[in-house]
Amino acid sequence: MTALGAVAGALAALPLRLLDGPMKACQRLIGAGRMPYVFLIPNFVFFGLFVFLPIAINVVFSVTGGPALFPSERPYVGAGQYAYLFDCGSYLDPNTCREDHFWRGVANTAKFVVFQVSAMVLFSLITALVLNMKIRGRGFFRAVYFFPVLLSPVVVALIWKWILQRDGLLNAAITTLGGEKILFFIDPSWAMFWAVFVSVWAHMGFYTLILLAGLQAIPSDLYEAAEMDATPRWRVFRRITLPLLWPNMIVVIVLALIKGVQTFDEVFVLTGGGPGTATLMVVQYIYETAFSNQVQNFGLAAAASVVLGLVLFLLTLAQLVLARRKES
Amino acid sequence: MRFITSLTLALLSAAAVVGPAQAQTATIRMTWYSDGNEGEVISDLLKRFEEQNKDIKVVLDQVPFKAINETLPVQVASGQGPDIARVVDMGGLSRYYLDMRPYLKDAAYWDQNFGPFLEWMRPAGDTQSIPGFMTQLTVTGPFVNKTLFDQAQVPMPGDKATWEDWAKATKDVAAKVQVPFPIALDRSGHRFYSLAMSQGTKVFGSNGEPEVVDEGFKRAAQLVYDWHASGVMSKELWGSVSGTAYRGANDEFKNAQVVMYLSGSWQTSQFDKTVGDAFDWVVVPNPCGPGGCSSMPGGAGLVAFKTTQHPKEVARLMDYLASEPVLSEFYSRTLFVPGHLGLAKKGVAYPSASPQAAAALKTFTKSASEISPLAYRTQGYIHSRIIFNAVISRLGQAIAGETTLDEAYKRITADVAQQIAERTKK
Repeated sequence: MTALGAVAGALAALPLRLLDGPMKACQRLIGAGRMPYVFLIPNFVFFGLFVFLPIAINVVFSVTGGPALFPSERPYVGAGQYAYLFDCGSYLDPNTCREDHFWRGVANTAKFVVFQVSAMVLFSLITALVLNMKIRGRGFFRAVYFFPVLLSPVVVALIWKWILQRDGLLNAAITTLGGEKILFFIDPSWAMFWAVFVSVWAHMGFYTLILLAGLQAIPSDLYEAAEMDATPRWRVFRRITLPLLWPNMIVVIVLALIKGVQTFDEVFVLTGGGPGTATLMVVQYIYETAFSNQVQNFGLAAAASVVLGLVLFLLTLAQLVLARRKES
Repeated sequence: MRFITSLTLALLSAAAVVGPAQAQTATIRMTWYSDGNEGEVISDLLKRFEEQNKDIKVVLDQVPFKAINETLPVQVASGQGPDIARVVDMGGLSRYYLDMRPYLKDAAYWDQNFGPFLEWMRPAGDTQSIPGFMTQLTVTGPFVNKTLFDQAQVPMPGDKATWEDWAKATKDVAAKVQVPFPIALDRSGHRFYSLAMSQGTKVFGSNGEPEVVDEGFKRAAQLVYDWHASGVMSKELWGSVSGTAYRGANDEFKNAQVVMYLSGSWQTSQFDKTVGDAFDWVVVPNPCGPGGCSSMPGGAGLVAFKTTQHPKEVARLMDYLASEPVLSEFYSRTLFVPGHLGLAKKGVAYPSASPQAAAALKTFTKSASEISPLAYRTQGYIHSRIIFNAVISRLGQAIAGETTLDEAYKRITADVAQQIAERTKK
């Protein structure tokens, strides 16, 4: 067994040994201090091709106009697309904006993010606290709450559409109980409510898992000491659980924020952005402007996506700052 | 050793024989969407073509309708499109089309039989090119659930009835038999224009440029708006989605939830199959208004793209598909109104159609002969889709209660101007 293991080890190490020669040559050539950069090159090339290059192309598109697809055929318009996007009487009233759909998308996304993130954090926290208790069937419940995370967002939306449509399951239940059918996707408030609800339902398991991991990392002797002091449970939660869970809470809040701003597929399949534009999100606006409108306005869509990218960058930066502040 | 030598020689000989034959086989890609059974029919026809033309292989990519409007334009713009595709926005993609005239067997046959429709496919200013042919001519028109009228004992309005007459009658029927949709109108600008034409919209100003919002247009928009407020139309179609999304009422109609469904002749085959004998349905002439009773023409064209590597073979395939016997069989089996003038004159037999489908096709064919020149001009206008989409997007917002009709009118005018400017920017 040992001999076999040694052979296997030698075989596995063979490709690495083959690299010894070139690595040593490289080290001699550029010096040991610069060697880490050599290891970064493959990833840098990969990211360059598939991340940085598309970002650069997107920025180029955002300063050009017309229907052509190739950058060389597109006329340069400078900041024209941005000026068009930001041409507003008041940014708080989309009706005063030339590109009112973009601002409706911004307003809807902001509304969605506020409600979705609050609900997500609250329900994930409650669920994590309950699942952290010694209850019967704990493993089963953990699996049940995590299960929707495994589903594709489109599948999630289709399931809920099937439940919520005019002749769906929910209306069947309502009429069986003697009520009137409710057209959930026609009333803007209902449509937004269900968009938030479905999103929370689908992703809560993931955030619950993060919080659960945080809860389990809290030393149990702190709780034992609190119990010996007969500290009320609310105070234990406020003074021990919440402060020690805070790093995980920050992760949950920022991840939920970023995901909320990027929301598209679930809401698009569920409501189509309607009624009117009541659930039209920024990403749907970008998609429609670039691809599904008759005139595929790549320039305007690119400008809008640059703006969205900046917002996401700021959110990520906020997460880093908060995390570092906590560490220090 | 002798065996290896023999094997090598045999392989080389086989390569010599098979190699050139493979090199001569041209593969043509065709992108196709279906409303009914036309995907099966075209597959049959292509198999027959391949049997007769061993040097051409046709790959048929059947895609959803959405892909034709959203994916295909990006594909052809990037030069990665198919050789041939079935499209509905004929003018919008015209700059990518191949002029097949030099490769066709008899260009005069195409001019003679597809002449008026070729204008829909040509880029502005071009009066000569032949990019494709019509797989069908479509006519908008109302499908009426006759059984619901009979059950409600409400008389069906006659041939020259107005939209208001139909609105009143269908609302009465819906109230008596408890169905949710008195009138359903596809959420489509093209279908809206069927109503707008009858209300007297002129679409174009005296300079030939679009002036979309006029008195006739406002009358039509007001009708749709008021019908939503009074329950003649349900917000589930026009008010439930955003932007330019298309919404039809096929499922609602076949489930007997719609009294009158304004859609188009392309639905005939589908309803013939899906409704079966569940209820009786009829197609009635387009309702009238102060501007007349014209419906909107439309259709789908099979067009060739200039990026093809095999223009001669593409033209040979198109010659075959557009030939009178083949096209006649295609229209006959798909229950489509012919977009071929010779066949329209001779008439196409529909032996597979049920009596009600045959009657529907007869009404549609009669409607086609009564379409106003303005309706043809609007459909053929190179930027017609821009107009259609601006209308549904903004009217949808007004219906959903997000904006007023007056604001919607202003936005429609601005959207059309901005999008035409963007499309023509060089």
